[in-house]
Amino acid sequence: MTKVLMKGNEAVGAAAIAAGCHYFFGYPITPQSEVPEYMSRELPKVGGAYVQAESEVAAINMVYGAAGSGARVMTSSSSPGIALKQEGISYCAGAELPCVIVDMMRGGPGLGTIQPAQGDYFLATRGGGNGDYRLIVLAPADVQELVDLVMEGFDLADLYRTPVMILGDGMIGQMMEPVEFRYQPRADLPEKDWATRGKGKGKQRNVINSLYLQAEELEKHNHKLQAKYAKIRENEKKVEEYNVEGADLVITAYGTTSRIAKTAIAKLEKEGYKVGMIRPISLYPFPNEAYEKIGDDCKGVLTVEMSTGQMIDDVKISLQGRIPTYFHGRSGGMVPEPEEIVEKVKEILGGDK
Amino acid sequence: MAIVFEKTKGLTDKPTHYCPGCTHGIIHRLVAEVMEEMDLLDNAIGVAPVGCSVLAYDYFNVDMHEAAHGRAPAVATGIKRVHPENFVFTYQGDGDLASIGTAEIVHAAHRGEKFTTIFVNNAIYGMTGGQMAPTTLVGQKTTTSPYGRDEATTGKPIKMSELLATIDGAKFVERVAVNTPANIRKAKKAIKEAFKVQLEGKGFGIVEVLSTCPTNWGLTPVEAMKWLEKDMIPYYPLGNFKKPEEVE
Amino acid sequence: MAKVKGRTTFEEDLCKGCGLCVTVCPVNIISLDTARINKKGYHPAAIEEMDKCIACTNCATICPDVVITVERL
Repeated sequence: MTKVLMKGNEAVGAAAIAAGCHYFFGYPITPQSEVPEYMSRELPKVGGAYVQAESEVAAINMVYGAAGSGARVMTSSSSPGIALKQEGISYCAGAELPCVIVDMMRGGPGLGTIQPAQGDYFLATRGGGNGDYRLIVLAPADVQELVDLVMEGFDLADLYRTPVMILGDGMIGQMMEPVEFRYQPRADLPEKDWATRGKGKGKQRNVINSLYLQAEELEKHNHKLQAKYAKIRENEKKVEEYNVEGADLVITAYGTTSRIAKTAIAKLEKEGYKVGMIRPISLYPFPNEAYEKIGDDCKGVLTVEMSTGQMIDDVKISLQGRIPTYFHGRSGGMVPEPEEIVEKVKEILGGDK
Repeated sequence: MAIVFEKTKGLTDKPTHYCPGCTHGIIHRLVAEVMEEMDLLDNAIGVAPVGCSVLAYDYFNVDMHEAAHGRAPAVATGIKRVHPENFVFTYQGDGDLASIGTAEIVHAAHRGEKFTTIFVNNAIYGMTGGQMAPTTLVGQKTTTSPYGRDEATTGKPIKMSELLATIDGAKFVERVAVNTPANIRKAKKAIKEAFKVQLEGKGFGIVEVLSTCPTNWGLTPVEAMKWLEKDMIPYYPLGNFKKPEEVE
Repeated sequence: MAKVKGRTTFEEDLCKGCGLCVTVCPVNIISLDTARINKKGYHPAAIEEMDKCIACTNCATICPDVVITVERL
């Protein structure tokens, strides 16, 4: 298959269309405006619909209507816009609607900046909106993986009837890399007989809803959602591991930060250090087993994030206090240099090789 | 012997939770009757609001979506873009449409989205216990305007039909009332015309229905209808503000 | 000229006793039966003098609870 050079944001659009998504509702915001621009150009060519919503709030509610009507549908934004979508995402989770939401993170809080950051980890993995729900959260580290995960995201969304968030950052959105559309769609996706197409077309009248005024009913519904998330945890963890066995220190990072960490590890290995890496690809479900495999005599796990420390909480939960944890982060849109990570590792290991 | 009035198949068998004399019951019935008469029951998809009529998805005998407060026009946009051949409507109250959802209704009209909105204006927030609405009249006492609505700090009530009629994409805009049988029959005609505008692919349509809230107005159902006539209609004039040109 | 005659039936247990139908009947034959209460606890609307009914459907038109069915005889 031929590879094509694409900017991350445009690759998101191309991947969605390749996955059969013909409906996009979005709003411009730096650094992901190329996503709606691409969709506005390409969707009419496949007979789809691009709607530039009046706000990110309106966009996620259009997603709700389209998803409830049985279509594959996507929206995208960056951190401040994703914050706006939380109400709608909670409604999608409660009504069990499949959809893909792309977050190209930027520095915050508030209006923040337009440079990349990873400050939405909590928002993405802890639900983000009101109530007890989770999203499947996938974190690509390069544009090829972005394409793969967007395409798989639509299948996972349909399989579990749940929203899927692709957590990228401004760097992945803007960089250009060669990609191929190689994801093989699943064959086991259920029929969407719950979707609204007019009751004449279905076996019953369909209602898309997240309201359950009887508390007993809502508790039952919550148990149903939790059972779903348990299945997701059982089946959908994704992680990349490198040299964890026998490592003196393990670096853990996701997305763009993980690529910088890999450069740092290469430098450290040249100097004789034994450093491993755990790169979560699914942030929910978090691949905690990978951390459980770290040997007891490992001297530490260094979490590196473009934030003041969010994923590190899940790392600590996974380690259960077995191994000391360390953190190195940049925030405000600053991107760490490999040298910073090298220095931090040397500081932790005290010069021991 | 012929039946000249019976319950429409457009309503489910579930008895409504609405208060005695609440005009939601009348308006639901009109919408359901028109859908049945236009043979839309198998095809229609409706969007329920947040408000007293949040449970409308239990009463309309068609596929339904429950939307977040104010977002029904966005949800309807998503539905209609995926199913352009289906009949799509939203049913919204004054908090839903004229407060939190003002951006959504304005932009749906602006884009000319081809669905129809039934806007129930009863000058108050019913479900949450009778607070002031953007449509509450000056001087009207509510639980959050206990001294009467003060124009100086909260402005005059908003006239949504007039506002939306200025938008080109809104092809049918009419204000009706349901306080008398005569007005109810006129309201039904307006709803039917609005639905026709959608079926003919002409664009967005809205019927604003002046309604009562006996419970939160502190009036009997019969007194409430009189208040609608004496106090609401003078401020919110009935009539058509926009309709497509008749093609010869 | 024969006058239109009607038969109007009330599904009493749906009635919430709002009284709207009473006020719109042109021949004033509807009243709330204060002598009894229905399953919901309201005084249901009813017609005593059915022979005066003219099947105008005003009552059914204004009833919010679809209590009323009207037949023209």
